[in-house]
Amino acid sequence: MTVDGISDTGTTQDRGTLRTEKTNLYYGTFQALKDITLEIPPRAVTAIIGPSGCGKSSFLRLFNRMNDLITGARVEGVVEIDGLSICGPEIDVVELRKKVGMVFQRPNPFPMSVFENVVFGPRRHGRFSRAELDDIAERSLRQAALWDEVKDKLGQSAFALSGGQQQRLCIARVLAVGPEIILMDEPCSALDPMATLKIEDLMRSLAKDYTIVIVTHNMQQAARVSDITAFLMMEADRSGILVEHGVTSQIFTNPEDKRTEDYITGRFG
Amino acid sequence: MEIRTDFHKRLKEIQDELLVMGNMVEKAITRSMEALKKRDLKLAQQVIDGDVKINEKRFNIEETCIQLIATQQPMAGDLRYIICVLNIITDLERIGDHAEGTAKIAVLTGDEPPLKPLVDLPRMAEKAVGMLRRSLEAFINCDVEAARQIIAEDDEVDNLYDQVFRELLTFMAEDPKILTRATRLLWVAHNLERSADRVTNICERVVFSVTGKMEEEGASNY
Repeated sequence: MTVDGISDTGTTQDRGTLRTEKTNLYYGTFQALKDITLEIPPRAVTAIIGPSGCGKSSFLRLFNRMNDLITGARVEGVVEIDGLSICGPEIDVVELRKKVGMVFQRPNPFPMSVFENVVFGPRRHGRFSRAELDDIAERSLRQAALWDEVKDKLGQSAFALSGGQQQRLCIARVLAVGPEIILMDEPCSALDPMATLKIEDLMRSLAKDYTIVIVTHNMQQAARVSDITAFLMMEADRSGILVEHGVTSQIFTNPEDKRTEDYITGRFG
Repeated sequence: MEIRTDFHKRLKEIQDELLVMGNMVEKAITRSMEALKKRDLKLAQQVIDGDVKINEKRFNIEETCIQLIATQQPMAGDLRYIICVLNIITDLERIGDHAEGTAKIAVLTGDEPPLKPLVDLPRMAEKAVGMLRRSLEAFINCDVEAARQIIAEDDEVDNLYDQVFRELLTFMAEDPKILTRATRLLWVAHNLERSADRVTNICERVVFSVTGKMEEEGASNY
């Protein structure tokens, strides 16, 4: 399925296409996601919105197998990246997570220097010379719009940075391992408004090269940064379903489904 | 559970203000025609003076809408609703100007002998007022069907305009001395025809507000 206004997917230059089809996710006997069919296009920002507990984060974590960490989690149906299933036991989850980076709600820099935070992944995934690591660090920090602010304090502890800078450092750390897809789970909820706007701006610039999927409670943020919006909600049995997805400007001006309308206009939540 | 009760209460307040403004404009049309018909200069002057109040009301509503957009970030149906209110008050304000124009002609022609008993012009005014009232009801009731019906009725006003035009043209051909007076009446007819056209704009906004579709629902001959 493609969405109007977004390029067709599936060609080699369109790497980073995510797809689920009739996907169910269970935590033990509880069904967290029900029958979700959605294609997420590459080089675009897709926002997942919906009320608390509707399975937004669970949906996001399908794509880097983070749900595996939860005992009793089980996935049925299709979860693919570029047409290849990522659900099987043969999948190297470490390699998968190199390709599918994740940014979390709270900035979580490692207790080490700014530089060491950025090159943490490359150091473990490959053998790089110091010069190569320097290059990777600078490139990643520039991409994360942080280089100018930290270039003179690369050796300082990451904890000396502000919250917004720490979050951009975490984004740089993800970029350093060369991902194709970046999952962001409420990446601005712990940040002040200015830091939030900076991250949003960064998302827009990263969308030129990466597939970005963001889970957000902030509908205005979804409206500002995303190209595509998908609305999830809970059914009576508390399992999450996909109600509607489409081009963001259409979802926020004229959604097709009344439940979407009611949610985004604050008539239920 | 409804969450944004305060915001939705404020939207309701805008609706009430819009109805007040609509009522002011209806009165302006009716009274300007009354003034013209009865050669009531005092009433005509009241309409002219009252236009300031209509303009003020428009700015008040516009300000409230801008505040709500800036502070509440309305979405979807709420956003379309506010945008439509902004459009509708512009049309209402212009209809008010047309009524003021008619009142000014009533002042200009008040001392002159009447050209003819006015029949079709009051009918045009009555029709325009009815269409206006129902267009605002359609907006409040989200009634697309009614809005489309009102748009279709614009043809009746256009037909009356044709009729007035032909009649006045005959008068002018017969007696060039009445050119000025006849032309002024033609202006009145034009004011009313334009007012009805603006009502069709309002109706198109009703359709957009409800369906999200921007479409011209029927083109006027003028």
